[in-house]
Amino acid sequence: MTDAAAAVARRWRHLDKSVFVWLLLIALLLLLVINPLARLLWASFQHPETGAFTLENYAAAYGRWRHIEALINSLVIGLAVAGLCTVFGVPMAWAVSRTDMPGKGLVWAAVLGTFIMPNYLGAVAWILMAGPNAGWLNRAYTALTGAAAGPFNVYSMTGLVLVIACYSFPYMFVFTRSALDLISSEMEDAASTLGAGALRTTLRVTLPLALPAMMGAFIVEFLEAIALFGAPALIALPARFQVMTTMLWQMFEFPPRVQVAAAYSMPLLLITVFLFWIQYRLIARKGYVALTGKGGERRLVRLGPWRWALLGYCLFVTSLSFFVPMLVVLQAAFARAWGRGFSLDNLTLRNLRFVLIDQPATRAATLNTFVYAAAASLIAVGLALAIAYIVARRLVPLGRVLTYIAMAPFVIPGIVLAIGFYAAYTAKPLVLYGTAWILILAFATRFLPIAYTNADAALRSINPELEDAARILGGGRLLALRRVVGPLLRRGLAGAFILVFIPATRELSSAIFLYTTGTQVLSVLLFDKSDEGNFEVLSSMGLILVVVTVALVLVGFRVVGRDFLLRRTAS
Amino acid sequence: MSRLVLTGVSRRFDAVTAVDGFSLTLAPGEFVSLLGPSGCGKTTTLRMIAGFLAPSEGTIEMDGRLISSPASTLPPEKRGMSMIFQSYAIWPNMTVEENVAFGLEVRRLPKSEIAVKVQRILDVVQMRHLGRRYPQELSGGQQQRVALARAIVVQPAVLLLDEPLSNLDANLREEMRYEIRRLHDEFQITTVYVTHDQAEAMVTSDRIAVMNQGRVEQVDEPRALYARPRTRFVAGFIGRTNLLDGLVRGAEVTFDHFAIPRSRFAEPTSLDGQVSFSLRPQSILLHRQPPPVSDRAAVIPGQIVQRAYLGEHWDYTVRPAGGPLALRVTARPHEVFEVDEKVWLELDPRQMARLQPE
Repeated sequence: MTDAAAAVARRWRHLDKSVFVWLLLIALLLLLVINPLARLLWASFQHPETGAFTLENYAAAYGRWRHIEALINSLVIGLAVAGLCTVFGVPMAWAVSRTDMPGKGLVWAAVLGTFIMPNYLGAVAWILMAGPNAGWLNRAYTALTGAAAGPFNVYSMTGLVLVIACYSFPYMFVFTRSALDLISSEMEDAASTLGAGALRTTLRVTLPLALPAMMGAFIVEFLEAIALFGAPALIALPARFQVMTTMLWQMFEFPPRVQVAAAYSMPLLLITVFLFWIQYRLIARKGYVALTGKGGERRLVRLGPWRWALLGYCLFVTSLSFFVPMLVVLQAAFARAWGRGFSLDNLTLRNLRFVLIDQPATRAATLNTFVYAAAASLIAVGLALAIAYIVARRLVPLGRVLTYIAMAPFVIPGIVLAIGFYAAYTAKPLVLYGTAWILILAFATRFLPIAYTNADAALRSINPELEDAARILGGGRLLALRRVVGPLLRRGLAGAFILVFIPATRELSSAIFLYTTGTQVLSVLLFDKSDEGNFEVLSSMGLILVVVTVALVLVGFRVVGRDFLLRRTAS
Repeated sequence: MSRLVLTGVSRRFDAVTAVDGFSLTLAPGEFVSLLGPSGCGKTTTLRMIAGFLAPSEGTIEMDGRLISSPASTLPPEKRGMSMIFQSYAIWPNMTVEENVAFGLEVRRLPKSEIAVKVQRILDVVQMRHLGRRYPQELSGGQQQRVALARAIVVQPAVLLLDEPLSNLDANLREEMRYEIRRLHDEFQITTVYVTHDQAEAMVTSDRIAVMNQGRVEQVDEPRALYARPRTRFVAGFIGRTNLLDGLVRGAEVTFDHFAIPRSRFAEPTSLDGQVSFSLRPQSILLHRQPPPVSDRAAVIPGQIVQRAYLGEHWDYTVRPAGGPLALRVTARPHEVFEVDEKVWLELDPRQMARLQPE
């Protein structure tokens, strides 16, 4: 053998063969995140028939007033929602974090309950509550005042803003609360000793210190609102106005105009990326030292009689978002006809039976929902762990880039991601459209950042020497992962699994573009059936999702700890 | 044949050179310590031997086979070595027995043989009765013993230890030094031991490589290292010492306000120009009266500047008459001198270790 050949043979013998596994997983990551985005961008410049480069799609997307109007509606709704969320969430966060308000446990549970309710189920509940004429609130109003008609109409811009705000204010609550939790009482004491009263201290010191977190939450709320599909589709379409997401959906009605939709979705993508960057800068800003460390001892502000007023406000907000809607949904799910109200002879299990057993379509959808969510969670957590591992152990050069790629779906609206998946995987070489895989992979991609944050944190928590010890004793990387790292990460990964599973069971905005007959999930079916007006069945389907979610959350409490869902990273 | 040969090994992290031209040869069964202050590159060197890091320059050979070079490195799992880590790295998800059995399972030994070997090694480290425990239920010293058992049971070609005693309290640390040496005498495993504690290195090692700023300063047996340090760094790092700078002038070597005839030094002919020596505090004797003149010793008048009684000995600072130089002298407990007292210093120039010029 020549020297050169010997050197090559040695290099091969010295090569850690697990590198091929890592390369394969990196390829999968690129396939899931980069390819759909690249194809989306490419499609937006592609002529629908000839495939040549063109700007026509942008002209078609923005050449009509209807389309521009939907864009404006989205922005208006986003701002209004973010404003309303601030009004809802900030006082509650302050009350729970800094005051002696009673009933904090109840308020916390109600916020968690709100978080667990899918926004489209909330929309259904609000239709039952504030539908013109038949809605509970209107009926109560006419019964009390004797007026001919009630004043409430959920089918309006105001109604939509209220519904979206009800189901996204938990972000504001969580962000503000974690910021307030880190401000030590010493900061407030410093102001008090200079003669500032409690109110002045709160307004001049406490809240300003939490301001970056609140501004960050404001941006998140805005972005949530403009990217949302479920609630707008249930409320805006009957109210005869459009937002960006419903407009995108209509572009997909037969025949789908993918290229125009791709062009139309670009501003949504750019706004999101830009605002998340701003949000990141806000949170990362250094001047606010109070937010960097664990605060010192904290004392609660004594409110006196005002604490009851504050509790009243918290219960009012959570009644709008959780207590009343949940009651209404439960009533409808178990009612022969929801309009006949609360009475024993109106009670039935027929709706649940219909959904779970009798109706093949809903039965299949229920099964699909959980199977897809489980598969997506497994893929997301497995891939996230592998990528986090590759980055942490510097197995490839430029590992940090992989972190950015894995986190990228965080700033891609679900609906945009879905259009990207459609553009990438309906045509050769890789046709996934029409199979369950396109839904599973889209869900896995969409929630990959949640899995990544958790897998990365879990991985950092174990000493690399534990793995080194396994390797020096003769176990390769893969064996060390299987025998040592994996078992040690079990709890962290179980938490990550649940955190991905929950949103995956309820995901609508990407599913609505990617399902076909046979691959429907509950969220899609619920939306599909909404125009039939069968609210008893809709509520039953929603209830199934809620019950399963609650069960999982309880498991999560046991496995990971009480705060795992309402953490900042979970958003 | 040598077991392990490191030739000109360097390692850079970006602009920082952690290890610079490290060369060392280990005979089979030899115990060598890498001794130096933190940040001197000793752990980096160890991790290159283990295969966790690739060298930027130089090569590592084991039993005549190239295992590390800048072009390619054999992964750690294929080196047949084992290692004991600063954190012990006992796997918390496995019992003591499972921890110890791991390396044997990876080597695909039959189950019955594994069981026998595990019990035997647990006996050796006196841990047999705790075999079913989980690591969280063990004390630091017990975890250390498990780590030793786990590393030795596979009969590694080379055993690597990375500051294994630094997390133990002082008494246990002293006990474990002897334990490690005992295990080495029993199993004769070629060992590389990283530590910043000179006593640990002195107790355990056949040879010690003193490292400073990524370079090897001196490799020697413990006694030679103490008696004949070759650099200022080694003289100061291993024990306490007095550093004396002198100038060779004809038949004399002149120091600060005193001189010693050249012929009394160990290698008089090699002395030339500027010279530096290391003189241990216990190599100087103190006298109240001038000692009888001899042709070996040098006698210098001086004065006690400072003293401290440390129980096992006195620690004096003495200034030779007329000069600013202060020498540290260790004396036995009954040799009592008062501060400011006039004394005579007696020293043997042959015990003054010549240091390399900086």
